[in-house]
Amino acid sequence: MKLSREEVLHIARLARLGMTGDEVGRMSEQLSHILENFDVLQQVDTAGVPPTAQPNTLQNVLKADEARPSLPQDDVLANAPCREGDFFRVRAVLE
Amino acid sequence: MIDDRQLTIHEAHRMLEKREVSSVELTKAMLKRIKKLEPDVKAIVTITEELALKQARSADDRLASGNGSPLNGIPVLIKDVICTRGVKTTCSSRMLENFIPPYDATVMERLNDCGAVVVGKTNMDEFAMGSSTENSAFFTTHNPWDLGRVPGGSSGGSAAAVAAGEAIYALGSDTGGSIRQPASFCSVTGLKPTYGRVSRYGLVAFASSLDQIGPLTQDVTDAALVLNAIAGYDTRDSTSVDIPVPDYTRCLTGDIKGLRLGVPREYFVEGMQPGVADAVNNAIAKLEELGVNIDREVSLPHTPYALAVYHIIAPSEASANLARYDGVKYGYSCQDADSMWQAMEKTRQYGFGAEVKRRIMLGTYALSAGYYDAWYLKAQKVRTLIRREFDAAFEKYDALVTPTSPTVPFKIGEKIDDPLQMYLSDVCTLPVNIAGLPAISVPAGFADGLPVGLQIIAKPFAEETILKIAHAYQQATDWHTKRAGI
Repeated sequence: MKLSREEVLHIARLARLGMTGDEVGRMSEQLSHILENFDVLQQVDTAGVPPTAQPNTLQNVLKADEARPSLPQDDVLANAPCREGDFFRVRAVLE
Repeated sequence: MIDDRQLTIHEAHRMLEKREVSSVELTKAMLKRIKKLEPDVKAIVTITEELALKQARSADDRLASGNGSPLNGIPVLIKDVICTRGVKTTCSSRMLENFIPPYDATVMERLNDCGAVVVGKTNMDEFAMGSSTENSAFFTTHNPWDLGRVPGGSSGGSAAAVAAGEAIYALGSDTGGSIRQPASFCSVTGLKPTYGRVSRYGLVAFASSLDQIGPLTQDVTDAALVLNAIAGYDTRDSTSVDIPVPDYTRCLTGDIKGLRLGVPREYFVEGMQPGVADAVNNAIAKLEELGVNIDREVSLPHTPYALAVYHIIAPSEASANLARYDGVKYGYSCQDADSMWQAMEKTRQYGFGAEVKRRIMLGTYALSAGYYDAWYLKAQKVRTLIRREFDAAFEKYDALVTPTSPTVPFKIGEKIDDPLQMYLSDVCTLPVNIAGLPAISVPAGFADGLPVGLQIIAKPFAEETILKIAHAYQQATDWHTKRAGI
């Protein structure tokens, strides 16, 4: 199980994680080592075994579709790095 | 008298009720102790002196009017992953260094309703990822028993603070052992409740199918008192379960005769320190003296796969949960970029530390096209096998007893460059999260002068069983009363 620099860069892009050249090298080495050790999972016979997504076997949770009070707009925007009026200011998505 | 003794919740409560001390006096003594010890221990990210004194005054008023919850007026520290309205909640990350939550976590509402006095927020591994607090973006917490060693993690600040007497108790969170392993390393009591027992609303999410909030205390009675306050259904956490909350102190009878306990041999892993195995075996012998039936031949054969299962599932969920840190709504935001995507990539590059990035990468990989079946889905299937094995064991045994961690606290710097070695520190605790079970770590002695913890595990929602056993053990031993002496 070896993760190449190209694969690391591909995953970093999927995760929207910027990385220096050094970080890419270190990540390739460390992730490869970790995955090699986790390869033991492939030895386990899981034929016919259903996956577990979370442990308390919940099916679904529903609640009434009712309007409830929510946080004041100013509170929600208080941590915004860039605010304009009552909005979060973002960079142009399409350029 | 309150300056040089470490009080439990129930002792402090009695003193408050008898007016031997006021909450303000207790709080001031605690703040004084914090200021004295913090240069050495470094357990606390934010000290909330003003808030604490205000809450202490109102607790004294409540006391005067006669309604005293056992937690009323008692100083507490909160792991910095739990949202506190108006008080910085950093997750020990540069990403949230200046984040001030606009709301309280449900556990905070509950503690506030009880009259708790919040003296501060504790250090942790960044976003609760780690086993030593060395992944904190701010500083490493030192173990009060040996300042050259780690306190464990990720709730290392909470554990070290309770061990040092910087608060009477603390809250932590546990995704793979993050309450129990530091409790073991710092010789305090740490309870991880059943998945669904305590609301996670307002707990900054790491791995949503594994995370739980729980107490770090000086004894089992205190753990029961805190659980009484924080357990229960909450419509704002749809994974919390609507099962009645008993009074957890009522099961603390000291009588554990006839209970059936199993010792799974896979937990005595290769590389376990002999002194740890000795201390745990002595603890098991002590339980036997107290009248429980011990089966030392239990086998849970899928246990060795738990490490890989955990470190596929937890990072996968983390990679999704941490996708929210995009520099737009809150948190660190890099402004020096040419485009939206570059801004986002730089924000995450500078905002996250090395271990968080490693886990985001590992999780993104395990969930990515072409690898999902081989890694994520495979891990989820082995998760089912691990759960089934526990289910079968709990048909024969009331509880399982194991070491909490294979080692005593290690030296600061010893494992930080070897992620896999660090992950092994949680090898005995993470199967419990995989199966969503309740478990406790209690002090069980020392190896070479350093703390060892005993872990007691039960079936879902059987907190009373583990508290009862752990309490009986503490009645018969005095490990939990030993103090680090700083």
